[in-house]
Amino acid sequence: MKLRGNSWRDVTPGGLIPWPGNSRQYETGDWRTRRPIWHKDRCIQCYRCWVYCPDSAITIKDSKVAGIDYDHCKGCGICAAECPDKVVALEMIGEEEAIQSVEGFKEAKSDKEEKGEKPNA
Amino acid sequence: MPKVIEIRWHGRGGQGAKTAAELLAEAAGAADKYIQGFPEYGPERMGAPVVAFNRISDEPIKLHCHVTNPDVVLVLDSTLVGKIGVTDGLREDGILLINTNKSPQDMRNLLGSIGKVFTVDATGIALETIGRAIPNTPMLGAFIRVTSLLDLNFFIAHTKEELKKKFKGKGQIIEGNLEAIKRAYQEVEGE
Amino acid sequence: MPKKVIMKGNEAVALAMRQINPNVVAAYPITPQTEIVQIFSSFVSDELVDTEFVTVESEHSAMSASIGASAAGARAMTATSANGLAFMWEVIYIAASLRLPIVMAVVNRALSGPINIHCDHSDSMGARDSGWIQIYSENAQEAYDNMIQGIRIAEHEDLKLPVMVTMDGFIISHAMENLMVLEDDKVEDFIGEYKPQYPLLDIENPVTYGPLDLYDFYFEHKRQQAEAMRIAGRIIKNVADDYEKLSGRSYGLVEPYYLEDAKVALVVLGSTAGTAKACVDELRLEGKKVGLLKIRVFRPFPYDEIIEALKGLKVVAIMDRSDSFSSFGGPVFNEVRSAILSLERPPITLSYIYGLGGRDVNLKDILGLYHDLEEIVFSGEPGEVLRYLGVRES
Repeated sequence: MKLRGNSWRDVTPGGLIPWPGNSRQYETGDWRTRRPIWHKDRCIQCYRCWVYCPDSAITIKDSKVAGIDYDHCKGCGICAAECPDKVVALEMIGEEEAIQSVEGFKEAKSDKEEKGEKPNA
Repeated sequence: MPKVIEIRWHGRGGQGAKTAAELLAEAAGAADKYIQGFPEYGPERMGAPVVAFNRISDEPIKLHCHVTNPDVVLVLDSTLVGKIGVTDGLREDGILLINTNKSPQDMRNLLGSIGKVFTVDATGIALETIGRAIPNTPMLGAFIRVTSLLDLNFFIAHTKEELKKKFKGKGQIIEGNLEAIKRAYQEVEGE
Repeated sequence: MPKKVIMKGNEAVALAMRQINPNVVAAYPITPQTEIVQIFSSFVSDELVDTEFVTVESEHSAMSASIGASAAGARAMTATSANGLAFMWEVIYIAASLRLPIVMAVVNRALSGPINIHCDHSDSMGARDSGWIQIYSENAQEAYDNMIQGIRIAEHEDLKLPVMVTMDGFIISHAMENLMVLEDDKVEDFIGEYKPQYPLLDIENPVTYGPLDLYDFYFEHKRQQAEAMRIAGRIIKNVADDYEKLSGRSYGLVEPYYLEDAKVALVVLGSTAGTAKACVDELRLEGKKVGLLKIRVFRPFPYDEIIEALKGLKVVAIMDRSDSFSSFGGPVFNEVRSAILSLERPPITLSYIYGLGGRDVNLKDILGLYHDLEEIVFSGEPGEVLRYLGVRES
């Protein structure tokens, strides 16, 4: 079932949500003031960041840590804190700094483009 | 007789006025009459004056209010006479049936000129037949005699079934009640 | 064959609930509803129903448990009165908002104080804006019939709205009357199997009930709820038509009684409609042009039927068994009056508050009222709009 539109004729009865797992559609990336940067070359694939991330924002591809889902990452820094001291594959940088860097800007833009369905109420 | 027969019961808490009104309603209903049976609910306790009502008719009953102008008044306890207005609103040709060992003439002297007065010693009959001073079933026997609204044998057969439900395995109580109804039917006196 | 029985209103409602055989009943006893819960619980222990009977510790919990059960996918029912209904307050709104088809018997009783256990409509009238369908019953027969129809109405796929079926406390709930009851299997067929659309217990298709709904969508959900109420009248009539085929008893949203040529009329709901009909019968024998409009369904408010029924009348007395304390009449008065103001020549309308706390309203009271209305037709002087029937003036 999908919403046809947002009018009172289209909404589900009583605000019922028949789409399980729809919290993915609720983007919290713009809550972030600092962002983690993942250094692939330093990562030892221990999964500590993936275990501790409260927003399931560490992405996994083919059973490997593959990066950060910036649409949902709130920038809490837990991943960076949990990353083993000798490794430091995750570093927190200011959001302003990230946006200003060309790489950071590209990343933010591609996040938006990859986005799937429009968020629901 | 008017289309709807209106009946008012006066008793004291514990004497079975409500049960009597319900037994009468069930029996008249079983005889294909339209009926109502309901008590006046107040803060009643054992011994406090209580009131219950019946309506009986050959047509559906629309009224949903207390009976204020009864055709028949039944008084389960003669000590209520003179204390509360048992004859209030009684129709001129109405029937007043009182549980007392006094004669109708004695009661008439107390009440003045109103309706037709009948008496029956329902408590005495209840003590002898049921063994307890619960006058409601004998009053129903007397009621049937003075109003001819129901057939006695039909009423006895019906009441037997109803009492079986209420007093499972207590054959003596059931038989006592039925005997009380028959005796009161015979012994009720009119002026 | 349908069966003739002698029953009290409470027994009739409990019987209807046995025949409906709901999956869940969560209820808490309160006078004058107690017998319904008591009798139904004996049906449960005698295994005459398959119902999960939840003995909750309060009415707030009774409604909460009914909501939970209904959301889970159960056919859920309950019953209450007066303060019990008041105690359910916040959750009855939630039941309606979540579009849960719960059917509840409300045995009308005054909302104290001073403390009172007898009939008036202050309890259910207070809940008139909660989003529940409200059906008022004149007698035990109607209470029984309305409970059964209530299931079909509530569960209708276009509605999914909870239904309150009321009857007057003691006057109907505790009075023995004749009624016709249907066979168990006929009731079972009529209500059909309940097929919930979004049961929480369907773990293959998980759903969320009652999410946070702020100014982004709350209004749309309320508008949709209002739309369900707007079309409910038509569905209530359809269900009544089906029920008539089964029972032979016909029901509408309102019941006009001798209104065709009437000059004066009462508008009334509940048991007093019966007493007033007996008055109309008596006055018609005398050739008086009097009539009556009984409102059976108060929510949704049947304004079209009311306008149609009351056009052409000269004086209409609108009876309220509760006071809104607006000092401008009771709730029935205000809504009926506002509906008929669209008539080109609306009748003179008077508000009569009556029967509070179980105050008996008898034939004589209502005959007097009709007499007063005829006087107004004669004099053309309406006098005081707000009147109190049967209160001691001296």
